[in-house]
Amino acid sequence: MNAPVSFRVNGRPTTVSADAGRPLLSVLRGELGLTGAKYGCGIGACGACTVLVAGKAVRACRATLGSVAGKDVTTIEGLATGARLHPLQQAFIDYGAVQCGYCTPGMLLAAHALLHEQTHPSRATIVATLEPHLCRCGAHQRILDAVEAVARTAGDVP
Amino acid sequence: MSAVRDELSRRRFLQLAGGGIAVLVTLEAGWLAAQEHRSAYPTDFNAYLLIGADGWVTVYSGKIEMGQGVMTSLAQMAAEELAVDVASIDMVLGDTDRCPTDMGTFGSLTTRMFGPALRAAAADARSVLLELAAERLGVPKERLIASRGVVTVSGAESRHVSYGELSRGQHIVRTVGEAAVLKAAKDFEVMGRSLARVDARDKVTGAAKYTADVRLPGLEYAAILRPPAHGATLKRLDASSAARLPGVTVVQRDELVAVLHADAAAAATALERVDAEWTVPEPAVDTERIADHLQAVAQPKESTRRGDLDGARSRATRLFESTYRKGYVAHAPIETHAALAQMSNGRVTVWASTQTPFPTRDRVAKALGLDPKDVRVITPYVGGGFGGKSADRQAVEAARLAQLSRKPVQVAFSRAEEFFFDAFDPAAVVTIASGLGPDGRIAFWDYCVYGAGERGTAHVYEIPALRIRSGAAMSYDPSVPAPRVHPFAVGPWRAPGANMNVYAVESQMDLMAAAAGADPVEFRLRHLTDQRMRSTLQSAAAAFGWRPAPGPSGRGVGVACSIDAGSYVATMAEVAVDAQSGEILVRRIVCAQDMGVVVNPDGAKMQIEGGLTMGLGYTLAEELRFRGGEILDRNFDTYHLPRFSWVPHIEAVLVANDTIPPQGGGEPSITTTAAVIASAVHDATGARVLRLPMTPERVLAAIAAQRAKRAPA
Repeated sequence: MNAPVSFRVNGRPTTVSADAGRPLLSVLRGELGLTGAKYGCGIGACGACTVLVAGKAVRACRATLGSVAGKDVTTIEGLATGARLHPLQQAFIDYGAVQCGYCTPGMLLAAHALLHEQTHPSRATIVATLEPHLCRCGAHQRILDAVEAVARTAGDVP
Repeated sequence: MSAVRDELSRRRFLQLAGGGIAVLVTLEAGWLAAQEHRSAYPTDFNAYLLIGADGWVTVYSGKIEMGQGVMTSLAQMAAEELAVDVASIDMVLGDTDRCPTDMGTFGSLTTRMFGPALRAAAADARSVLLELAAERLGVPKERLIASRGVVTVSGAESRHVSYGELSRGQHIVRTVGEAAVLKAAKDFEVMGRSLARVDARDKVTGAAKYTADVRLPGLEYAAILRPPAHGATLKRLDASSAARLPGVTVVQRDELVAVLHADAAAAATALERVDAEWTVPEPAVDTERIADHLQAVAQPKESTRRGDLDGARSRATRLFESTYRKGYVAHAPIETHAALAQMSNGRVTVWASTQTPFPTRDRVAKALGLDPKDVRVITPYVGGGFGGKSADRQAVEAARLAQLSRKPVQVAFSRAEEFFFDAFDPAAVVTIASGLGPDGRIAFWDYCVYGAGERGTAHVYEIPALRIRSGAAMSYDPSVPAPRVHPFAVGPWRAPGANMNVYAVESQMDLMAAAAGADPVEFRLRHLTDQRMRSTLQSAAAAFGWRPAPGPSGRGVGVACSIDAGSYVATMAEVAVDAQSGEILVRRIVCAQDMGVVVNPDGAKMQIEGGLTMGLGYTLAEELRFRGGEILDRNFDTYHLPRFSWVPHIEAVLVANDTIPPQGGGEPSITTTAAVIASAVHDATGARVLRLPMTPERVLAAIAAQRAKRAPA
C-alpha cells in the first residue's frame, strides 16, 4: 500500500516505506532513529524540528515524507564532518549559545541555510531568519553573536 | 567499575576488585539550620565522589542538567578541590540508583547547597590522596603538590605518582561533614574561570539524548485521553472503534484511558477514535475576573510587622495607594514533558524529563504499589524546566501504562497537553499603601500580595514602619473543595512569586521617587544602608552610564533592585515607547549582580542574560488565557514567547565579592525584568503600567489615564 520513498539523509541513500503523507519528523525520529530533530509544537511554530531539505530550512513537523522524495535531507547529525565540527557548531560552543540545547539543532540548521544563501548576512537579517525559532532559556543574544561571528569570517562556509 | 555504577553503597564499594576511593559527604543539620528558609531545603543533602582505579573521577549528584549549566559548574568545583582536569571528571546526574538522595533541582540551590558538599568531598579526597602519596613516595605530605591528577614532590619533579596509581587496590570509603578545608578564592585555578559547557558539544551535534530520544526494543507510544477542562468529569466513554485499529492496545484503569501503538503518530490518530463525553463545570473565573477572585478568596496573613504603622501613616505628608496585577504565565519549555517506563522482574525503570528525580521515584512507587527501591528514575538531558518539571504526571502515567500493558511505554506530551497540565506561575494582585514624610523619606509601607507568595517582598530599603501580608501562596489542592484560590495547578516558576513582588515593590519605589522629585537611583540609595546593595546598584549605574534626573525625564531609562537566591541584583534599562501603537522597544539592559564567589563567569552571565530575556515574556506578552478550568492558549500560535527581535543588547556585570561563597544565579536577574521596564516606560511617558504583561493596549490606556489626570478639570 505504501510506496517506498527514496531520498538521501546526511548524504546516505535511504528508502522508507510509509504513507507519503507521514510527517517527516516522525520518519526521522521513528524509522530512521535520527532524534536530533525535536518535537516542540507540531504546528511549525517553534522551529525545534527544523532540518535542511535541498539546503533550505524546513519544518519537519509540517513537511511530509512524500515531499522529500529524491531530495537531500540534512539533520543535525549530518552537520559535522566526522569529528570536525561545522564552524556554526563551534561558534555556538565558543559563544555560549547553548543552554538546555533543545532548540539548538533547529537554530543551527536555520542559520546554516541562511549562510548557504548569503555569505555575509547582516545582524538584522540573522534576526529576521531566526525570528520564528523559539528559545526558552533566553540564549538569544549569544545565538545571534555566534551566527554573526561565522557570517563575518571571510570565505564561504562549507 | 560497573558494580559501583549500579549502586554506590558503602558495602558494595568495599567489595570492589579494582578498588578506589569514595567520599561521601553528609552536611550536618546545624549547617542547614543556619540557612534562611530552611524548611524549603532537603535535610539529607549529600554527595558522592569516586576516584576509580583508573584515576577517572566520577561525581554522583541527584541534580539534573536542564540548561542552567550545573554539569559544568559542579565539575569545575570538583576539579578545583581535587586538583584534576575538568575533562577527567564524569558527571552522573539524576539517576536514583546511582546518585545520593536529593530533593530536586530548583530554587537556585545547586551551587549554594550542593556545591559546598561536593567541594568538601573533593577536598577530602585530595587529602586522602596526598596521604597515600606521602607513604608511597616516603616524603612528608607538606612537601607534595597535587596538580592535574598527579602528586609530585616539591623540588624533585621526577618523583611523582598519579591518582590512578594511588587509588588502585585501595578500598577507602570516607564520610566527611562540613569540616573539610576548602580552597580560598585567591588560590582558585579552575573555579572563577569561564569554561565552555561540558555538554555543549553533544548538544550541537545532536548526540545529546533527551527523554523522548530514548529508544527501547518493543517500545509503544501512548496517547492519553484528556479532559477538555480542569474539573471536567467523564460522562461516557466508548473506545471500541479505536481498539479495532491494527496494532492498537487500549488501556483503561480508573481515570487513565490510553491507546498504545508502536508508532507515535498512529497512537495519536487512534485516540481521535475514542469517543468521550464530558461534564464541564460552569466557569467561575476567567482571564479578566481572576484579580477580583483572588482578592476575594485569598485570605492574607501578616508575615512582617515593624514600627508604628498607624502613627506613621497619619504623619505621612504624601500618600500612595496602588494595585498591581498579573496573570498566569506558562513555563513553556521547548521540550514537553516526556517519560519512558519499562517493567522488568518486578522493578520499573523510568526515564523522565524531570527536575525532581527522587520525588518522582517516590510518586511512581506509590502509584504502582512498589517499594521506592524497586523504582529507578534516570534523567537524561532536560530541555528546559524553569520550575515546571516538578509534578511529573507523565512519569507516573508512563509507569502505570508499562505496568498495565507489560510493555515499555513512552508518554510524551503534545504542546496542548504541556499547556493544559502546566503548574502555571500564578496570577497575582499586590496592593501597596505607602507614604513619604516631610523629609522626603519613606515613612511607612503597607504591602499585601494575593496569590503569588512572599518571595521578593522583604525589603532591602530602610523603612521605619512596615507591614507585609500574603494571602494563599502556591496553594492548590484539588481534593480541597471551593473556594479554591486558583482554577488549575500553579507552581514554582523561575524565581516563584518574586517576579510579581519585585515588580510591585520597585514600581512603588519609583512612583515615590518621582513624587519626591528625586532621581530614582538617588532615592533608592537614600534608603539603603546595605553595602552589598549599594555597591551593586552603583556598579550598574557606572556600567550603564546613569545620569541622575527626576522621573519622568523623557529618556526612557529605568532601574530596579532585587535580592534573590542569595544574590544581589541591580538592573537598568533603556526603552522607547511608540505613543501611537503602545509598543515597548527595549533598547538595552545592564544588569549588575553580586553572587559571591563566581564559579564560571561566562556561565553566570549566560544565566543573567537568560533570565532577563525570558523575563521579557512575562513583562511584555505572556498571559495565559483561560475560562474556568479551560485553557484557551494551547500552542505557540497564540501564546507568545520572547523572540529574537525583542531582545536588546544585554550587558551582565559581575560585581566582585569573594567574601561569601557562591550564591544562586539562575533566578535573580529575571526578578527585575518587569520592574526595570515599567520604570523605564514611566520615565519615557510619565505613565505607570500597573498590570503585567505590559501589552500595547495597556500601555496606551496608561498613557491616556496619565493625560486625563494632568488635564485641568
